[in-house]
Amino acid sequence: MLAAVKEKLARRGAIEPGPRPCDLTVRLERAEDVPAAAAELTALGLGLATLAATDDEANAGRDLEVRYVFEPTGGVAPPLPDLFVTLEVSLDPARPAVPSISDRIPAASWHEREAHDLFGIVFDGHPDPRPLVVHDGWPEGLHPLRKRFDAASRPPVLPAEEFPHLAVEGEGVFEVPVGPIHAGIIEPGHFRFSTVGESVLNLDARLFYTHRGLEKRMEGLSFEDAFFVAERMCGVCSLSHGLGFCEVSEQIAGIVAPARARALRTIALELERLYNHVGDVGNVAAGASYHYGTSAGLRMKEALQQLNEQVAGHRFLRGLVAPGGVRQDVTADLGRSIEAAMATTSEALESLVQRIENNPTVLDRLDGTGLLSQKDAVALGVTGVAARASGVDRDARRDHPHAAYAGEGAQRPSVPTETDGDVHARVMVRVAEARESMRIVRALLGSLPAGPILAAMPEALPPWKIGLASIESPRGAAIHWLRSDATGRVDRYHLRSASFANWPAVAIAAQSSIIPDFPLVNKSFELCYSCTDR
Amino acid sequence: MLTAILRSLRTGIVTISYPDGPARIPERFRGAPRVRPGSPMEALPPASTCPSGAIAAGEGRYAIDLGRCVFCGRCAEASPDGAIELGREVELASRSRGSLVVEVASGPGGFAVPVPAAPPQGGAAERIRRTLGRSLHLRHLDSGSCNACDWELTALLNPVYDVRRLGIDFVASPRHADGVIVTGPVTRNLEPAVRRTWEAVPEPRIAIAVGACATSGGIAGRSYASAGGAGEVLPVDVFIPGCPPRPEAIIFGILLAVGRMDERRRVSSATGMSRPPALT
Repeated sequence: MLAAVKEKLARRGAIEPGPRPCDLTVRLERAEDVPAAAAELTALGLGLATLAATDDEANAGRDLEVRYVFEPTGGVAPPLPDLFVTLEVSLDPARPAVPSISDRIPAASWHEREAHDLFGIVFDGHPDPRPLVVHDGWPEGLHPLRKRFDAASRPPVLPAEEFPHLAVEGEGVFEVPVGPIHAGIIEPGHFRFSTVGESVLNLDARLFYTHRGLEKRMEGLSFEDAFFVAERMCGVCSLSHGLGFCEVSEQIAGIVAPARARALRTIALELERLYNHVGDVGNVAAGASYHYGTSAGLRMKEALQQLNEQVAGHRFLRGLVAPGGVRQDVTADLGRSIEAAMATTSEALESLVQRIENNPTVLDRLDGTGLLSQKDAVALGVTGVAARASGVDRDARRDHPHAAYAGEGAQRPSVPTETDGDVHARVMVRVAEARESMRIVRALLGSLPAGPILAAMPEALPPWKIGLASIESPRGAAIHWLRSDATGRVDRYHLRSASFANWPAVAIAAQSSIIPDFPLVNKSFELCYSCTDR
Repeated sequence: MLTAILRSLRTGIVTISYPDGPARIPERFRGAPRVRPGSPMEALPPASTCPSGAIAAGEGRYAIDLGRCVFCGRCAEASPDGAIELGREVELASRSRGSLVVEVASGPGGFAVPVPAAPPQGGAAERIRRTLGRSLHLRHLDSGSCNACDWELTALLNPVYDVRRLGIDFVASPRHADGVIVTGPVTRNLEPAVRRTWEAVPEPRIAIAVGACATSGGIAGRSYASAGGAGEVLPVDVFIPGCPPRPEAIIFGILLAVGRMDERRRVSSATGMSRPPALT
């Protein structure tokens, strides 16, 4: 695949290895070449992983830059090479524009809209150029991730017209607005359903209500300070996102975390996956009005969060990892507590799964509900449980191995897939992954390497270097992109969370359903709003 | 069905006794940082140690704002001789924002002496208690949280914490609520929804801010995208520090809001805290 990429793209611009030694970066001469180069990568079986824009004004003669990061997709049979291909292009300061690739690569749509709002980059020919991150009343021409924008400023809220939601017209078509404040204890987002009777014709989801400006907040921070922000991009993905930030800063610093730290990080990642997955099985039960299952799921999750607090001092595992390794070791006593928790969780999970599988009323709600086809999943770049339940065999732990999934004595996860693409398939993938997480935790506890848990990091990172990592969070692959500035602080950090990639798929899945099933469909994806909005 | 009932009977009661009994705190828990009295002032780590800007230092004074603290423990790590240590209490909620700032001043010989905190106010709580009684129905209002505080509110409904046993519940509409429980720093994109939700709650009503973001902006701070706390938009009655606060800490804050528990006085002291019995 590497050779094919080189051959195809050689005439488009200079090709160099990087950011990691196994990756390729193609510096395109002209912005007009982006769609053709992207099409060539697509034809080779690569899909868009993330898009990172930067403001390079500080460097003479340069302005805005865009980097499109591609990786092998589900269209390709495993084993997939551990590879990222970056297309890099500089934009004209007089008119920062580049042709849109969203019509050919739907996964690019939200990325391009975000880069337009935050940087002012114009993506010519974008099929849906509505604002995404900034909401009504934001002053036009103001772009918060430009370096010249003062993060502390509070721009006025200008009078604005109503947001142009996508509307379906016709006899008997009704619009149902829901949110941003919902009836349950969940995060905020606005859903605009167009319906005929109970059937959903279209769902237009508007998110980014929880945009806190965290990527701007990290600019200019030392990597040590920025870590605490990365860890707080999301609650239930705290460990994954904190670890992803550690991995990219270690990559830039040229530091490898010690073997014991890598094993402990893997245990923590699996504990995070496990408490999320068992909780999410319970949440789906809640969506199907199966209250016994809800309670059982909540209890399992609670027990695992209490375990988290024993391990990390924190119920969401914050403060466990740090750039260079981990801050706290797993003692023999703690290892026994973890073993015991795995045994009780395993028993409780199997009992709940059996009850769900033997309950026709529950199965009737789960079967055939919220369909996502493999074709749509690949086109939208869907990741994680949602992708695997639609037959897309991708898992960053296997395809971009990190922590103790790589190297000697690695724990290679088996990757379960289903083909139905419905709520039931997503539940079954979660259950299979929860079992696998428990297997990995037990295996690692039994073979923990001895040695230090923290490697010394330099005071500052080397200047102008890029780090890139994909971490399999409970919701799927999260892509971390970090560049250091001239003083070794954070110039730009960008997180493409799994939820960011998956939200457009929820709208597709909702369209095969009726309105009362939407909570169930939504819970089966179980996406975060906060690490989408940042 | 029968097997499910038998299984439940076998399991027995899993609900904790808090607030009648103490909160169970594991060994590694990182609580509120405090300056050990008598520590030399020069041994205290610089304000820049704190990633959320909770430490203010200068002119012989040193203050830690528990409303801004994200409980990462970095200040204690930066004090190898124990000048800052982490407490173990979870009952940190307060009716006044100011009393969450715990301060020491340089005393004779340059050693830290606690600065007395302002006495807590109880007038509003008594009035709310008279009107609303002991029960409280709250509308959750996510004003841009990272979802950790939200999930801890969900945890309050699990069989282990089960806040309904205390007469507390979460309702679907602000029209049905006695008040709001706010998580998040109030983002620019949510501010109109936050105001409208608050206006929809009938009076008398209370507002409880959960976590560092809702209390002070937390790690998000105040920026183009964040108002820097619920108090910038609503009149907040009780602030609950934490990132996120543990479920027991939230229960304490809610009971404090309705005057069913008394505010604990925070002093910069290493002595253990006595636990007065609950008022219920």
